[in-house]
Amino acid sequence: MSGPLITAHQLVKRFGDFTAVAGIDVEVRKGEVFGFLGPNGAGKSSTMRMIACVSPVTSGELRLFGLDPATHGSQIRGRIGVVPQMDTLDTELTVEENLRIYGRFFDLPRAECRRRSAELLEFAQLTERASSVVENLSGGMKRRLSIARSLINEPELLLLDEPTTGLDPQARHVLWDRLYRLKQQGVTLVLTTHYMDEAEQLCDRLVVMDQGRIVAEGSPRSLIEQHSTREVLELRFAAGTNESFEAQVAGLGDRHEVLPDRILIYADDGEGALAAAHARGLQPESALVRRASLEDVFLHLTGRTLVD
Amino acid sequence: MSTHRLATPGAFRVLTWHLVAYKRFWKANVLSSVVQPLLYMLGLGVGVGALVDSNTGSSDVLGGASYVAFVAPGLLVTTAMALGAMESMWPVMGGLRWSRGYHGIIATSLTPRDIVLGHGVWMVVRCGLASAAVAVALACFAETRSWGLAPGVVISVWVGLAFAMPIMAFSVNAEMDGSFAAVQRFVVIPLFLFGGAFYPLTQLPAAVAWVARATPLWHGVVTARQFTQGTVVWAAVLGHLAFIGLWVVGGTLVAERRMRKKLYQ
Amino acid sequence: MSGLLFRIAPPVMAVRRPHRMIERHLLAYRHQWLIIVSGFFEPLFYLLSMRAGLGDLVGTVRFGGAEVPYDQFVAPALMASSAMNGAIFDSTGNVLGRLKYFRLYDAALATPMTPADVAVGEIGWALLRGQLYAVSFLAVMWGMGLIGSPWVILALPACALIGFTFAAIGFAGTTFMRGWQDMDIVNTALMPLFLFSATFFPTSSYGKWEWVVQLSPLYHGVALVRAANSGVWTAGIIGHVAVLLGLALIALAIAARRLDHLLRK
Repeated sequence: MSGPLITAHQLVKRFGDFTAVAGIDVEVRKGEVFGFLGPNGAGKSSTMRMIACVSPVTSGELRLFGLDPATHGSQIRGRIGVVPQMDTLDTELTVEENLRIYGRFFDLPRAECRRRSAELLEFAQLTERASSVVENLSGGMKRRLSIARSLINEPELLLLDEPTTGLDPQARHVLWDRLYRLKQQGVTLVLTTHYMDEAEQLCDRLVVMDQGRIVAEGSPRSLIEQHSTREVLELRFAAGTNESFEAQVAGLGDRHEVLPDRILIYADDGEGALAAAHARGLQPESALVRRASLEDVFLHLTGRTLVD
Repeated sequence: MSTHRLATPGAFRVLTWHLVAYKRFWKANVLSSVVQPLLYMLGLGVGVGALVDSNTGSSDVLGGASYVAFVAPGLLVTTAMALGAMESMWPVMGGLRWSRGYHGIIATSLTPRDIVLGHGVWMVVRCGLASAAVAVALACFAETRSWGLAPGVVISVWVGLAFAMPIMAFSVNAEMDGSFAAVQRFVVIPLFLFGGAFYPLTQLPAAVAWVARATPLWHGVVTARQFTQGTVVWAAVLGHLAFIGLWVVGGTLVAERRMRKKLYQ
Repeated sequence: MSGLLFRIAPPVMAVRRPHRMIERHLLAYRHQWLIIVSGFFEPLFYLLSMRAGLGDLVGTVRFGGAEVPYDQFVAPALMASSAMNGAIFDSTGNVLGRLKYFRLYDAALATPMTPADVAVGEIGWALLRGQLYAVSFLAVMWGMGLIGSPWVILALPACALIGFTFAAIGFAGTTFMRGWQDMDIVNTALMPLFLFSATFFPTSSYGKWEWVVQLSPLYHGVALVRAANSGVWTAGIIGHVAVLLGLALIALAIAARRLDHLLRK
């Protein structure tokens, strides 16, 4: 099928007086990895729940596969996979049974459930744990099982809400690898994250959300180019004294941000900026030159850090 | 660095831990502790009692007492049994597995023994409160009002411990909470029904009656009944209490050993 | 055609796959068959205890213009109560866990399943399980010679109706619960129903309070099962069925609405 998989136009979600999503426009195309990036409370999860057809749209228009969730929720859910933020695995069942019964929820024949379960266990590297009780799995394993479960209906679209939050670095890399493979198989992925590295690694295109609105859109690279310099110099002074250095760092780069724990100086040549700082007689406790990241984009757009 | 003794015994520090958690629930708890036995009294005591007392010959079986008066000490003791058993199942598994509060406790200077003894002290408090509530309910009826209810409460607490400690020992190694439903249905409820609370054991087939006599419940019920009916035989009282004590001590020892193994594994 | 249907009944209310929920429970209980089996013993123990212990003490009960042995009087009531208890426990504690703690329904609703599928599936499961117990209880009654009439076979649909009513009420109530602590309310509410629904003594024992018994939904269930076992049908049966059915439908409507509200925020 051609045309976008998801279109949202002026999408709004309100809970009583609180507006979680304040009119967003999004288009997700087939085969891409699309990300919602933003801090907690930005409206990412509410958006995801609307897309997953488990949360009614307050106003605006939302279409998946050209269908309206309000009237065709069941059919749409039959074609997507959802990995929720908190694992909703069935703790009374074994690993393999979790997959099998989930397939039954999608009306798959028993034999097919069995076949796909075996395949997905392999994919999730859980074959050896097939008959374990879910309770005894590690966090990373549970997450992989959640992803495997969401694939039981061979979805055209996979929604992942904060897929690696709370996992250790090694478990995250294993998970990213699995998601890459899905992408290569042509599955469209939509994910939310507040990890910059995750968004940069995985997403073809993303939107930055803040307070229910989209504040920027593009590929990770283009966003960084648009909203940041190539490099960033991070200076740390003695705790609590960063602000007093604000006047002295002015002009070292294109612009600067003073955070509670460090000062960021945006310059295309970070080493040059550091040399200039030393020339001014500044003696930070530590100094670090790094490439600009989405973190900087977000900071620039909203004036706030992502993970607080 | 010196390892000095704690000012308060460990068990009482663990008790404080239980009390803090209980603060949120005690109101609803006290209410049901009073209301439930009151309802049982009205239903089984007064309702069924009318049927029993109007049936000639029943009063001989009951030793001359009215049915309500016969059942009253049974209610007192079974309440403590049910509570002691219940509170030593899910909460113990929770402390080990879900909230993992016990793991938090042994991270301090407290020991598995403190946890077990602390649980015992906690059960004394809980069973004491619950049986006292029943005693208050029973004191509302002229037929069951008696000073014997006071020692009855003490005996109930002792029986409550005789269930709490062995069941705690069981819960430490229980694999899933399904086995608790089994304890409830194959131990607590049958004892409630066949343990001599609602009729004398002589009504039952001899084999069933002997099983009932081996459990602490029956000993508690007959002892409490001696007090409420004013037929105390002190030698018998001491014998019954000692028998119940075997369950308390045995349960505590096994629970401590298992708890130590579980927490230090 | 389906377009028209959508406009009449909102699609979230569509019931297409309730049996998937039941399939899931069958799979889960394969690991916990003991819980299923043990559920049968509770009413059995009550029956045995009443028969052996209280049967002698009570003698006969005047019911329906005849003197009925006590065990024959109590057995149908225990059958009805166990239908209630089973349905309530399946639809409160178990549902609460799946709703709030294990998030089973959240998982199910990410599939083509709807809230109505979940509600109907859960109630259907409670009914199925209840029927299993009802059939086995009937077999026990038969074995103990407590069957009064061939009409007793209608006790099965009667128990299904009782199960349906209480499962719907339990489910609706559970959607309002804050957490496990509210299960105390359920237990406290069940006890008076169990004791005061003409279960253990006839309505005539209540004297001028007889009308209060009519307020208990279980009483109407007990009356149905007793009518089936005695084979004496009166016009009052229609009233009993109407009360149970009416309550069930109201509760079901509340349950589906609340579940939708809770799960599809």
